[in-house]
Amino acid sequence: MSKHSSDSDDVTMSRRRALTCLGAWSGAAIVWGVGGGVPRALGMANEASTAQAAKGQFTFAQISDTHVGFNKEANPDVLKTMRQAIASVNALPRRPAFVVHTGDITHLSKPEEFDTAKQVLSEIKVERIHYVPGEHDALDSGLGGYLKQHGAATGNRPYYSFDDHGVHFVGLANVIDFKAGSMPALGAEQLEWLEKDLAPVSASTPVVVLAHIPLWTVYEPWGWGTADAGQALGYLRRFGSVTVLNGHIHQVMQKVEGNVSFHTAMSTAFAQPKPGAADQPGPLKVDAGQLGKLLGTREVSVVRGKRELATVDTPVEGSV
Amino acid sequence: MKFLILGLGAVLLSCAGMPGEAADTTVEIKTFAFAPQELTVTPGTTVTWINHDQTAHNVVSPDGKFASPGMDTDDRYTFTFEKEGDFAYLCALHPHMVGTVHVHSH
Repeated sequence: MSKHSSDSDDVTMSRRRALTCLGAWSGAAIVWGVGGGVPRALGMANEASTAQAAKGQFTFAQISDTHVGFNKEANPDVLKTMRQAIASVNALPRRPAFVVHTGDITHLSKPEEFDTAKQVLSEIKVERIHYVPGEHDALDSGLGGYLKQHGAATGNRPYYSFDDHGVHFVGLANVIDFKAGSMPALGAEQLEWLEKDLAPVSASTPVVVLAHIPLWTVYEPWGWGTADAGQALGYLRRFGSVTVLNGHIHQVMQKVEGNVSFHTAMSTAFAQPKPGAADQPGPLKVDAGQLGKLLGTREVSVVRGKRELATVDTPVEGSV
Repeated sequence: MKFLILGLGAVLLSCAGMPGEAADTTVEIKTFAFAPQELTVTPGTTVTWINHDQTAHNVVSPDGKFASPGMDTDDRYTFTFEKEGDFAYLCALHPHMVGTVHVHSH
């Protein structure tokens, strides 16, 4: 166990400090360690102890909801904020192994939006980017436009898996199977694939699941959940460490259920209201000085031999 | 744009066949809802959806009879209903947004 979990008072204090910072959107990056069912703040990103905690670990970065093509009041220049997010990834002291993009790459699935996104994302100094589609990427003959750009790496399917540094990564698509009046779903075909994909993986292997829409029900009236997530989570239950990384809701939320921890990420494009805090979801217009603090990226560290993954959420603009 | 052109073509054909029979109509997309949600029209009517929200929406019938592209703010999508029937649709980006077009002769 890490030294951070040795004293429950310290843990409580760390959590309180971290939650306060998150609530105020202070702009300071926070390292989260999640293990044994309790999320723990390991420290602020600019603290030496945090850098020490991340030392020698396998890390990757998450970017989400770039919404290339969006140009309304909530953010007239999404490429600018996206480039700020990219700069924050490029400025990491240690280059992440790769980047994951958890969907809504584009706003309207237009070919020129996919092209622009690809071009700008190529400015990230990493070897590769793994994508999952968002519902905004599924507006061009379903996922036709998305797969044209990103399908070659995954057998022209929007769901896939790969292994890296002893971690099993699974990318899922929960944006094309939808029914009127219901939350979107993964669908029977994909669930069957997931069950088969996980079957040969040992229970001690850490699993990281990428999907655009949260795999837990954040807020059903706004469709912020996945109708058949329960079945997918059933296949994941036997694993000692499961980390689910989502986008879609444009804000950081975390939840732990048994050995499964769920994290949603900030967007690089625009903020959205807290669940139920407005009549409807959608782009949230905020003061110009606040926007950069509501957008950002995430760095994830995988600690060998431990069940916890540490996540650092970094706004595109610095602290207050 | 392709959808708009097809829609207009259908209007011209239907107008030639039944002059003055079908009054074209509009469905407003506002605050994550279709208004009116239920619409009753006669065959040959052209329905135009207009997105007034700051976020994108679309108009899709689950059985694939019609489907708009992604609609940005102020974008319009037009479809002409030639046959009788009840046509349910939704926004695929926000499946809680649903509507129905009822097409009946009288």
